[in-house]
Amino acid sequence: MVRHLWVVAAAFIAAGCACAPVTPALFAVVPAADGHIGRIVVTPNGGEPKLIDTKYGAERIRADGKVENVTLTETEVQATFGTVMDALPGRPATYTLYFLEGKDELTPESKVELDRVFADLRHRPLPDIAVIGHTDTRGGLEYNDTLSRARAERMREMLVGLGIPEERIMVAGRGKRELLVPTEDNVSEARNRRVEINVR
Amino acid sequence: MRKFLILLVALGFAGTALAADVGLVKVAKGSVQIQRGANKIPATVGTGLQQADVVITGADGSAGITFTDNSLVSVGPNSVFSIDKYSFDTTTHAGEFEGNLKQGRLAAVSGKMVKQSPDSMKIRTPSAIMGVRGTEFVVQVDDTKKN
Repeated sequence: MVRHLWVVAAAFIAAGCACAPVTPALFAVVPAADGHIGRIVVTPNGGEPKLIDTKYGAERIRADGKVENVTLTETEVQATFGTVMDALPGRPATYTLYFLEGKDELTPESKVELDRVFADLRHRPLPDIAVIGHTDTRGGLEYNDTLSRARAERMREMLVGLGIPEERIMVAGRGKRELLVPTEDNVSEARNRRVEINVR
Repeated sequence: MRKFLILLVALGFAGTALAADVGLVKVAKGSVQIQRGANKIPATVGTGLQQADVVITGADGSAGITFTDNSLVSVGPNSVFSIDKYSFDTTTHAGEFEGNLKQGRLAAVSGKMVKQSPDSMKIRTPSAIMGVRGTEFVVQVDDTKKN
């Protein structure tokens, strides 16, 4: 029985090297903008899975069927994949902006931050935007639902003013249901008076 | 108030019309076409993509796509990329994404489904299959005509 298995294994190895021509391919992990290194598992047809989890770590399948594990340089990756990496759409992002108490007017700090959000949005040709308004726990449920939606609507007006088509912006108000900083009811908390802007 | 209600209704309709879309073309340079069944549609920024669509680029073409789970895929010149399977549940973040790069170059950033369950995203090529555990990677398949 053992001998039989050996024969089978040998036959597989022979097939692996005997090299029916295959379509060459190259798989590589590239670092994210924040430096994070990902993980991929490459399984050649009829071969073993191989985990690749290093910066520019790669698996190359050659035309003769041989499989090589290599580490590419940043220059090599740019030369081969620069054009295609340039075509990646902007990464999804989330921004949080804060409001004055009981109002749909941004704090002075968030008005400054808004310019950064606008600058990001200008680089996205067709953004999908969700604006979610929130409040602190001061006041009743209905009052806060209305206020949170007013904040989201106000933000939408600003985004439309920037030239973003209205139909690309979804707005919702969550009232005091989703606190950033948990508090008792009826507590004034600046960090809970906010909108989240999710951009894709 | 009335204005708000009307807008909601309009959004509702748009949502219905786009229900089958699994992704959206966000970047289109040069020649980019979508093969959908027997039809070939020129792709521009804003074109919706569905399961089973094939993205085909010319020698000057490249395209960038966002999918509903926030994964990003771009293809370079002379590429053929098909969306063999795609599903994503926005509530549970469970899903399945099987792409197939028949030719050309691809770059990708995995999204919410891979965060939820590693290996839910796979890219096939003629000679191998790649499971994605996150997050950024590139793939090249040589043009078979050159071999």
